[in-house]
Amino acid sequence: MRPLTEEETRLFFEKLAKYIGENIKVLIDRPDGPFCFRLHKERVYYVSEEIMKKAGNISRDNLVCLGTCLGKFTKTKKFRLHITALDYMAPYAQAKMWLKPNAEQQFLYGHNVMKSGLGRISENTVKYSGVVVYSMNDIPLGFGTAAKSTTECRHTDPGTIVCFHQADIGEYIRSEDTLT
Amino acid sequence: MGRKANWSEKPKSGPGRKARKQPAPSFPGMIGSGPGGGGGGISKHRKKKQFGGPGGKKRSSYPQNDGRKLKPGQPYRKSNESKKSSKPIDKKVTRNVRDASDSEEDEEEKQVMGSNSEGDEGMSDNEPTMETGSGSEDGSDDEAMQDDFSGSDGEAPDSGLEDGDQNGDGQKDEDKDDKLTKWHKLANINGSSDDADKIDFPEGQEPTFDVQVVVDRIKDVISTLLDFKTRREEGRSRSEYISLLTSDLCQYYGYNEYLMERIMQVFPLGELQDALDAADAPRPMTIRTNTLKCRRRELAQALIARGVNLDPVGKWSKVGLVVYSSQVPVGATPEYLAGHYMIQGAASFLPVMALGPQENERILDMCAAPGGKSTHIAALMKNTGTLLANEFNKDRAKALIGNFHRMGVKNSVICSYDGRKLPEVMKGFDRVLLDAPCSGSGVISKDSSTKTQRDAIDIQRTNTKQKELIMAAIDCLDATSQTGGYLVYSTCSILPEENEEVVALALRKRNVKLVPTGLDFGTPGFVNFQGKRFHPTMNLTRRFYPHSHNMDGFFVAKFKKFSNSNPVVKVDDEEEEEAEGSGEQE
Repeated sequence: MRPLTEEETRLFFEKLAKYIGENIKVLIDRPDGPFCFRLHKERVYYVSEEIMKKAGNISRDNLVCLGTCLGKFTKTKKFRLHITALDYMAPYAQAKMWLKPNAEQQFLYGHNVMKSGLGRISENTVKYSGVVVYSMNDIPLGFGTAAKSTTECRHTDPGTIVCFHQADIGEYIRSEDTLT
Repeated sequence: MGRKANWSEKPKSGPGRKARKQPAPSFPGMIGSGPGGGGGGISKHRKKKQFGGPGGKKRSSYPQNDGRKLKPGQPYRKSNESKKSSKPIDKKVTRNVRDASDSEEDEEEKQVMGSNSEGDEGMSDNEPTMETGSGSEDGSDDEAMQDDFSGSDGEAPDSGLEDGDQNGDGQKDEDKDDKLTKWHKLANINGSSDDADKIDFPEGQEPTFDVQVVVDRIKDVISTLLDFKTRREEGRSRSEYISLLTSDLCQYYGYNEYLMERIMQVFPLGELQDALDAADAPRPMTIRTNTLKCRRRELAQALIARGVNLDPVGKWSKVGLVVYSSQVPVGATPEYLAGHYMIQGAASFLPVMALGPQENERILDMCAAPGGKSTHIAALMKNTGTLLANEFNKDRAKALIGNFHRMGVKNSVICSYDGRKLPEVMKGFDRVLLDAPCSGSGVISKDSSTKTQRDAIDIQRTNTKQKELIMAAIDCLDATSQTGGYLVYSTCSILPEENEEVVALALRKRNVKLVPTGLDFGTPGFVNFQGKRFHPTMNLTRRFYPHSHNMDGFFVAKFKKFSNSNPVVKVDDEEEEEAEGSGEQE
């Protein structure tokens, strides 16, 4: 467990900014005490400093997880967000999509989102920006990348993909072992 | 916590195994064709065969072929050829039926009068109580009779007839087959009252495979034992009845003898059958609302909209819901995936409720996976303070990661230590939950292999481990904590070895005392058990049983640590402790 290096911080924040933009600073300056990012076994954990200090007692081999896992660095040193980060991303997301009930299931099985399944989309979604996907009753389901901007979405036919799947909460069941 | 289990409602494939009808008994032609092979004689005879007969061997409705043909030590086999081979001797056989039943009637009367007498057949057939249990007598009878039916040598040929398809897998069969019950009724009516109460002890090597016989005998023995003074048979000791009951229950419910004996000690005889029946039946599925993410009413509405039929679990919990039926898999709804609820047994709520976590505390869960109780703790702490969830098994710790993130627990650290080493890592917790690994004798419906797999050594091992864990748990506690200093010890076992004994050891070796659990139902723990006297405050612990509380068998004890120092132990005590410590290291 160690703090991120400068390079890692840059990669990590770049990725995070795609989804929550300016709101990153909300994660850093919190009213309920200082929080920090820690790297453990190539995973980035977001945890309050108080808990982080207590976890310092635990040896590296025995430490499984602390706080919330946001993602991991791949072997090619890119950062990859995990579904476990959804709790922090959903409230601060800049671009959102809402899925119709019959498209929910598809998305939760790991498929991309078609125009036909799109219920609502936030204004000013830029093409290829990160979006958080919600169900119509506002349960966050996962996140992905917008394949079309909001205006393009309006004029496209129902079969086209509007959001590339990246992570969904179905992974809690599908790939529990490789979750973090 | 069964996240991968298939919770979907399974369609009923049939009337259920307890309702299975027994096929109508078929009779070989010879009995019906025999002169005057009337019902009375046969039923009486049949009763004799079931309740009597030498050596507890396979009873048969073939009078001429009952157990006498089977020599002690001769392997029991169901063979078709023996059936076939018995046919050519029709006449002889039917004559013998008459003989046998006549002599039995005589026999019965005499028996009522208290005199026993005569007749090879009668002796061996009807008077098991007369038998000394030695094989030789039986053997000689067998030899003597063998000539008569030489054709059908060796076997009770109709073994497959009335019970062949039930006994195979030891399935429980409370069949209400007309003919069979008629038989039994007849048998009871015809039999003398003395005989109806009489329990026949199979003294030979081979147990009976007739389920109905076993069921009847279990009932009889239990009723006898409940009123032993008046109903006992002269000259039979209680232990004989008990051992017969044990073996019958083992056979009927499929337990191994050791575990059955232990369970029989736990439950009073009147409750025993209820308890064993309830242990086999699955408990209703319950879910716990994750108060970090939603409220129970919202969750209930959302699930009802998905076609789930549910109700609040009871007044004792504000977060529990019972699921009666569901059109969708409850373990895979979007609400589940979003962490709005957790599937866990009703019993699993109890230790956490007893623990009563407060906000901003340091809490340790020593054996956390798969995280049902841990996430409950975190929910009660409202994601403040620190929750250290420990799980020794790294594979199971993965389930912990998934559940914690799904449920939105953010104040946790998950580690994977041997629980016994934890005091070396971190101390000073306000509350500790120790849901100790156990034999699982309270959750037999979830894993029926428990019935046969647990033996004395297993219990001894878990017991040792539990003792070490509870010591470690107490050492992790901080007695000077403002709000806490509490330990909750729970197991899903009903055996006192894993519960009261462990608690008793903790009371002796550490400065802890038992405090009320705060659960307003449940059976108090044993203060005395099998001649052992535990601390009088042991009645503050709580036991939960499937048959009386409709939740898994469970034990909960709550301690308060009142001093961080350990009690001064005498020298001999210390030696004992050393011995315990080095006894079973794993």
